[in-house]
Amino acid sequence: MRYSAFNVIKEALSGHKGLKPVWRSPEPKKHYDVIIVGGGGHGLATAHYLANQYGINNVAVLEKGWIGGGNVGRNTTIIRSNYLLPENEPFYEYSMKLWENLEQDTNYNSMVSQRGILNLYHSDGQRDAFVRRGNGMLMAGSDACLLDQNGVRELYPFLDFDNARFPIKGGLLHKRGGTVRHDAVAWGYARGADSKGVDIIENCEVTGFDITDGVCTGVKTTKGNIGANKVGVCVAGSSSRVMAQAGMSLPIESHVLQAFVTEGLKPVIPGVVTFGAGHFYVSQSDKGGLVFGGDIDGYNTYAQRGNLPVVEDVCEGGIAIMPAIGRAKLLRMWGGIMDMSMDGSPFIDRTHIKGLYFNGGWCYGGFKATPASGMCYAHLLATDTPHEFAKGFRLDRFRSGNMIDEKGVGAQPNLH
Amino acid sequence: MIINHPLLGPRDASEFVYLGDASLMNRPEWKGEDASPEHTQKTLDAYHDYLYIRENKAGEHRELWYHEQGDRSWLVVTRNTLTHNISKVELAKNVAKLSPKVGQ
Repeated sequence: MRYSAFNVIKEALSGHKGLKPVWRSPEPKKHYDVIIVGGGGHGLATAHYLANQYGINNVAVLEKGWIGGGNVGRNTTIIRSNYLLPENEPFYEYSMKLWENLEQDTNYNSMVSQRGILNLYHSDGQRDAFVRRGNGMLMAGSDACLLDQNGVRELYPFLDFDNARFPIKGGLLHKRGGTVRHDAVAWGYARGADSKGVDIIENCEVTGFDITDGVCTGVKTTKGNIGANKVGVCVAGSSSRVMAQAGMSLPIESHVLQAFVTEGLKPVIPGVVTFGAGHFYVSQSDKGGLVFGGDIDGYNTYAQRGNLPVVEDVCEGGIAIMPAIGRAKLLRMWGGIMDMSMDGSPFIDRTHIKGLYFNGGWCYGGFKATPASGMCYAHLLATDTPHEFAKGFRLDRFRSGNMIDEKGVGAQPNLH
Repeated sequence: MIINHPLLGPRDASEFVYLGDASLMNRPEWKGEDASPEHTQKTLDAYHDYLYIRENKAGEHRELWYHEQGDRSWLVVTRNTLTHNISKVELAKNVAKLSPKVGQ
């Protein structure tokens, strides 16, 4: 069924009897053209674009738990294309363009809201760095606008402009950035893939790969062995664990990033604001809760929870720019596991095992990349050649000296 | 998290800076056996793996912490990455003396 205003009214008047489950729950077949391991945002987007753009629909998405239950359901829902480096920014700008057309493409209301992202700067040096970044963004076809203090005051009059330590001097405004209803992204892609015949198989954990003579011919799962011409792993957060089953070690460490939501408040923050002198970002959900986060905890972990010193640090950052936030009560906090790569940039690449592909290492920026990651991974799986916007995201880039180190801090994952 | 420092007793983890896997103590030999391409490649491969590849274990993990806000000692902490439970804390210099190749 295609969703439309007419159908919404029709179903409302007829007791919603025409609404069906959005995707099927099939049993796995013996063999597929492509198996995607991981039913998160990126995996489902890959399946959607494989079926809809590349005409490959003999595809299964295998998910250990339920789809959308991993990091696509645990992030702070921000989308943006405000990177600097030429390997990154065209990719994220491509992603932004796909976000802008997502709801038309999937016929699913994902609540894409381009409410604007404002990165605050607090010193002259930081302003100059933002000018450079803004120019990089404009060169890749994104948008950027440098605001002085009065410009920021018009948008966010309640910020602490005269903070003694970190006065707010202005900000870089990225108007097309914003937020998306994250669960609806997973569900929309799942529906789009399923409608073209992709099998989405939940509660099906991959426990190993069938690899003979350097060729991957399928996967072992808790629902039996399933054959495939190509296997695409897409399990950010568990990448090292899954790829270890294929005998591979990765340039990735797993870290936890915490996020927070306050009780519902009346509309106060129109867009997304980030603190330039520490690490803090905040937006307001449509339900009214302030959604915010900051740094990763900084040590290897697979536990989906963090520790209190980082909670304190994040809240200090919030109070430094927006003292009023101190009056809001915290409702929920949680942690998600990030693939922190050695240069802070992701991987979409073949492996040395024929028929086995890898997508991961998204650090804490995977959500915004979902559409482009899916499209580029689908391109790689379908054509065996990298997509033009994902050419830099190779697994061997450390060996060849082509690191994509946006922050310039070197091979120290907890600093990216 | 509380790290039980072998000299100073229980200290809050926020006093420490985290570096990473304890295998970072095992810097590979910088010289190949000779200057032949194959030995050069071997050295490069060893350095690539040392610098960029991590086992990234789920479970018991030996890792380096630096007591920056304390006595500035390096510690090898054995911690479970699934539970954050710390089972062993050693001075890194003692670990290096006892077994020059940590984790091998």
